[in-house]
Amino acid sequence: MLRLPQLQVARPRTVEEALALLGGEGALPFAGGTDLLPNLKHRLLAPQTLVSLAGVEGLSGVSVDPGGALVIGATTRLHEVAEHPEVRARAPALAMAAGLVASPQIRRMGTLGGNVLLDTRCRYVNQSAFWRKSLGHCLKKDGAVCHVVPGGQKCVAAASNDTAPALLTLGASLTVATAAGTREVPLESLWKPDGVYNRRLAPNELVTAIRVPAQAAGHRGAYLKLRPRESFDFPLLGVAVRVDAAGGVVQSADVVVVALQAVPRRVTGASDELAGKALGTQELEAAIVAVGARAHQQCRPLPNVPGDPDYRREMVPVFVRRALRAAAG
Amino acid sequence: MIDLELTVNGELARVRVEPGARLLDVLRGPLGLPGTKEGCGNGECGACTVLVAGRPVCACLTPAAEVEGLEVLTVEGLVGPGGDLSAVQRAFVEGGGVQCGFCTPGMVMSVHALLERNPDPTPEDVREALTGNLCRCTGYAQIVESALLAARKRREAREGGDRA
Repeated sequence: MLRLPQLQVARPRTVEEALALLGGEGALPFAGGTDLLPNLKHRLLAPQTLVSLAGVEGLSGVSVDPGGALVIGATTRLHEVAEHPEVRARAPALAMAAGLVASPQIRRMGTLGGNVLLDTRCRYVNQSAFWRKSLGHCLKKDGAVCHVVPGGQKCVAAASNDTAPALLTLGASLTVATAAGTREVPLESLWKPDGVYNRRLAPNELVTAIRVPAQAAGHRGAYLKLRPRESFDFPLLGVAVRVDAAGGVVQSADVVVVALQAVPRRVTGASDELAGKALGTQELEAAIVAVGARAHQQCRPLPNVPGDPDYRREMVPVFVRRALRAAAG
Repeated sequence: MIDLELTVNGELARVRVEPGARLLDVLRGPLGLPGTKEGCGNGECGACTVLVAGRPVCACLTPAAEVEGLEVLTVEGLVGPGGDLSAVQRAFVEGGGVQCGFCTPGMVMSVHALLERNPDPTPEDVREALTGNLCRCTGYAQIVESALLAARKRREAREGGDRA
């Protein structure tokens, strides 16, 4: 049985109190804890204090601002995101992605902010401390070698958050509270290709909300996920798509994949293939197949997460096509 | 050590625990409620499922400090005042939804949570509600049947109660 390390739990009531606590040595924010606690058991992190966000005012809930943007509090639970009528209507890909995270219990504990900020995952990292030590450690934790890419100097642990690609197709941003005030961080600039720590956020900054702007007329979206079992597992591949089809004709489209590398990855050229095609036509179907082919060419999964990388690569066009058909259908 | 107050199965409980203690440790330790089981300790198997403020969650990944002031319902709390099993518990016995029994408390709590929000679930609703609970014995068929049996018994009891 793996034990949790000794910890203190601080329970601030306001964002200001939380920020002050997070500025202290060895402090980590704690929301759902569904990924953090297993990582603590594996001794991947060694905080002295967990700063619980459960009692902080104003961090949870879904609202729509006057401009039609969804504003989702960072600690809103994934179950609520998946089931919320405004999220389902305005951002269907996000609702689907939130509903495909882990299991019913985990979705009632885990939060949207936590999934957006999920740590990267690798078959050589998400293991017990004993297991990792036996292998000689690696770039992400305590070591200097990569077991995924022999000779590799850069950690390629995989971004494994289901909601990340969906939010990227939706042009979402994060509202981040800092000691100096609040700033808005577009998700496009959040991630960096470094599996050790792939987010451009400082430890003393706190994501308070996720903002999804109003989408174009005729917005459609979908998220599909490849995983070993139809529950609990992290993605071996996740595909989010956006298809804007005002008047029944595609105006613009976007495809973003996750779980291949340290950052979510946009498949380029989706709009070039799909724009101008009418829904329900053979031309659109041919364009969907062409986007799948582009995705296959652009995506090269690494053996960083479980699942044979060749199989995962062959599944890229399959899931891209299925997701586009689901959105356009 | 920290002092916590929480409501477990309708009774106010005061406990003094390590700051990092989990809800599961509090239930099985100082509160003497061993019905909730620890399987994987990772949130994967659902054997530790309890209801916190009505939500089915994994007690193994819930710090006890996080449930201060909240209502917790465990499998022991389903039993009536005279020691009668709840409709869900009886259905698991009658429907053969129990084999070794280790996953059963978690299964029962997931089914209880489902029936509280959806009294008339389809077999697909039941399977979806149980996707966070692993069983290594039964193959799940009789667990799903037990859940549907429980739903029927609860509806019959309610309709009977309305007539009476």
